[in-house]
Amino acid sequence: MEKSAKGFPTSHVIGFLFSLILTFVAAGVALKTSLSFTVIMWIIGSLAVIQAGLQLFMFMHMTEGEDGKTNIINIAYAVFVAVVIVLGTIWVLTSGHAAH
Amino acid sequence: MSANVNTSLPLEYQSGQSRMNILGFWIFLGAEIALFATLFGVYAVLSGRYAGGPTHQDIIMIREVMIQTILLLTSSFTCGLAIFEMRRGNKNELIMWLVITLLLGAGFLYMEINEFIHYVHIGASMQTSAFLSSLFVLLGTHGAHVTFGIGWAILVIIQLIKRGLTSVTARKVFIIGLYWHFLDVVWIFIFTFVYLKGLVL
Repeated sequence: MEKSAKGFPTSHVIGFLFSLILTFVAAGVALKTSLSFTVIMWIIGSLAVIQAGLQLFMFMHMTEGEDGKTNIINIAYAVFVAVVIVLGTIWVLTSGHAAH
Repeated sequence: MSANVNTSLPLEYQSGQSRMNILGFWIFLGAEIALFATLFGVYAVLSGRYAGGPTHQDIIMIREVMIQTILLLTSSFTCGLAIFEMRRGNKNELIMWLVITLLLGAGFLYMEINEFIHYVHIGASMQTSAFLSSLFVLLGTHGAHVTFGIGWAILVIIQLIKRGLTSVTARKVFIIGLYWHFLDVVWIFIFTFVYLKGLVL
C-alpha cells in the first residue's frame, strides 16, 4: 500500500492483459476444441477462478491495510459458503433425494 | 471520527472511520458472494429444463457476449486506473477514469438490455421455461447491480466535484471501486458457467 504510487500502473496493465488472455483462452477452449464436456468445464472453471483471484489481488488490493488478514478470512469463508451452496444444491436436487 | 488518524496511509485509509467502512464493505461483498451463489445454484439445477422451449444454442449470441465481456473487463481496468490516480492525488484524472468506467458500464448495460429484448422477441421470455426463468433472474440480478453501481458512482463523482478529494470522498471512491470490480468477478462466472457452458453442451 503506497501513498504516492509510481508513475505507471504496471500491475493494473498486467492484470488487465492477463484477464483478456484468460477470457479468450476460455472461449477458445470452450468453442473451438472437441475435448469432452467434463475436461472443458474443468479447464474453463479453473481459468474463471484464476481470473477472479486476479481481480481480487491486483485490482481490489484485498490483502492491503491493517484489515488485510480479516479480508482474506472473510472472502475465503464467503467462497466456502458459495461452494457449499452451489455444489450442495446440485447434489441434493439431482441425486434423487427428492424422489423419496 | 477524527480520532485515530494516520496520515502515512493513502487518503481513503487515513481515519479509523474510513478503515471500518472499507472493512464493512468487504463483509458486505462476502454476503453478495453468498447471494449470487444461490442464483448460480438455482441456475445449475434448472438450466437443462427447457420445457420444449428454446435451448442455449438457440438463443445465445456469442459475439455480443464477447463484446459485453470485454466492455466490463475494460471498465474494471479503468476503475483500477481511477484508484491509481486517486492515490497520486490527481483529482481530474480520477474523475476522467471514473467517467470512462461508467461509459463502458453503460455500454455493457445497453447491450444486455438489447440481449433481453432479443430473447423475448424470439420467444424466450422468463415464463417460457425453468431454464429461462433462472437465466433471467441470474443475469437480471447482475444487470441490476450494474445499474445501481452507475447511479451510485454518478453521485460520488458529483461529491468529488463539489467537495474535492478529501479523506471522506476518497473512501467513497475506493468503496464504489471495490463494488465495481466485484461485479466484474461475478460476470466472469456468468460468462463461464452460463454462456460458455451453454455452448459446450
